[in-house]
Amino acid sequence: MYADLIHFFTVNWLGQAIVILAECLLVTVPLLIAVAYMTYADRKIWASIQLRRGPNVVGPFGLLQPFADGLKLVLKETIVPSSANTVLFLIAPMITFMTALIAWAVIPFNDGWVIANINVGILYLFAISSLGVYGIIIAGWASNSKYAFLGALRSAAQMVSYEVSIGFVLVTVLLCVGSLNLTKIVLAQSGWFWDWFWLPLLPMFVIFFVSALAETNRTPFDLPMSEAELVQGFQTEYSSMPFALFFLGEYANMILLSAMGAVLFLGGWMSPIPYAPFTWIPGLVWFVLKIALLLFVFSWSKGTLPRYRYDQLMRLGWKVFLPVSLGWLVLTAAVLQFGGWLPGK
Amino acid sequence: MASLDRAARSFLLSEVIAGFVLTLKYMFKPKVTVNYPYEKGPLGPRFRGEHALRRYPNGEERCIACKLCEAICPAQAITIEAEPREDGSRRTTRYDIDMTKCIYCGLCQEACPVDAIVEGPNFEFSTETREELMYNKEKLLANGDRWESEIAANLQADAAYR
Repeated sequence: MYADLIHFFTVNWLGQAIVILAECLLVTVPLLIAVAYMTYADRKIWASIQLRRGPNVVGPFGLLQPFADGLKLVLKETIVPSSANTVLFLIAPMITFMTALIAWAVIPFNDGWVIANINVGILYLFAISSLGVYGIIIAGWASNSKYAFLGALRSAAQMVSYEVSIGFVLVTVLLCVGSLNLTKIVLAQSGWFWDWFWLPLLPMFVIFFVSALAETNRTPFDLPMSEAELVQGFQTEYSSMPFALFFLGEYANMILLSAMGAVLFLGGWMSPIPYAPFTWIPGLVWFVLKIALLLFVFSWSKGTLPRYRYDQLMRLGWKVFLPVSLGWLVLTAAVLQFGGWLPGK
Repeated sequence: MASLDRAARSFLLSEVIAGFVLTLKYMFKPKVTVNYPYEKGPLGPRFRGEHALRRYPNGEERCIACKLCEAICPAQAITIEAEPREDGSRRTTRYDIDMTKCIYCGLCQEACPVDAIVEGPNFEFSTETREELMYNKEKLLANGDRWESEIAANLQADAAYR
């Protein structure tokens, strides 16, 4: 009986499909709840920075506010502008949302807790995060509106520019690890919290974080939707559920990049102090705490920094981050080569 | 040297970090906002809120249909029609205020010779439809009955300065 069950879930295609579906649900549902509460945390953090209270009426401490907002969005009418390309207009938010979700397939939540433990995890993440820009470009084009189009153009240019420096950051990390597998990247950082890559690669960590802000179109790089100039950028014409999908995708992307940061630089599920009682706490808890820390910095920077001008953004991306990350990559490679620390030797 | 100093500061992000520290400090300061639906700020006796038509203590309505408020209203939000009543006194048959037009300047209550139309202390009269904001005489008189004690107290508090 027991052997039959194991056989069903490991060999039979139907059993495997059920297992994969369950895994996806186990990742997606908590992720969506995390997105809901990220919006809440965001609003609370900005509010306290501005000496305001933030949402505090719906439920205790306003904790039900995200669900009230979600319900409101679902109940609203989906407005499709008459001059818009209806099919693309509706597909665009789905692309954004889907690309934000499918990237989670390779994120290791704990030792062995990963849906797809593929050898090229980093490349997969990089490819998916590049695909995300298509949703925004299509949205901007299909809306047939000046604001949306300008927002989409800005977003495309910005994401492409910062992807380059993120690429160099990733290359630096994988030079230190000798593998593209995310689980191996985490295992390579075992030890105390100063053994994680954030300290030896501190400038790259900073560049990664700033580029992550630019990738997710967050302040100070929220030019694609800068309210003062472009109304709401590529989201201008969206309402109801398509808008909600964009919103969810944007926040899921933020959480994804925080997870990437946690995996690459903060030792993934590792406990910061490799001795009991800290090692008794499950790795998932540490991983979530690290993501939460990075997300807090996301919100914190929104509450702190003013928006960049577009030319400043481009200058920072191409004239500062690109040479610095390239230089640090060469330096890292040289240190690894001549210090004899090259992995795999 | 100055340029070196500037370069060092921009590469070490010292000013950005100083800003982050400042906002972190603010995060733990006490909140300054009034927790609105549960606590409200003070209102002066001259506060110009929702309109009301008042009555004399014997129940007779004050308005004598002089139409001064209608004449002075800069937004032309007030519409009045008048006829003599059976007992010969001049009264309004219609007194409408379009609250969507009203700019809450208070000129109607300044113009009124008998303190009939006043702007009371109520500012929470939002509605779900536009039509509900077309106030008629009935609604205005009901407002007067509802807010009379507050309105009378405000008028008395302000009387010394007029």
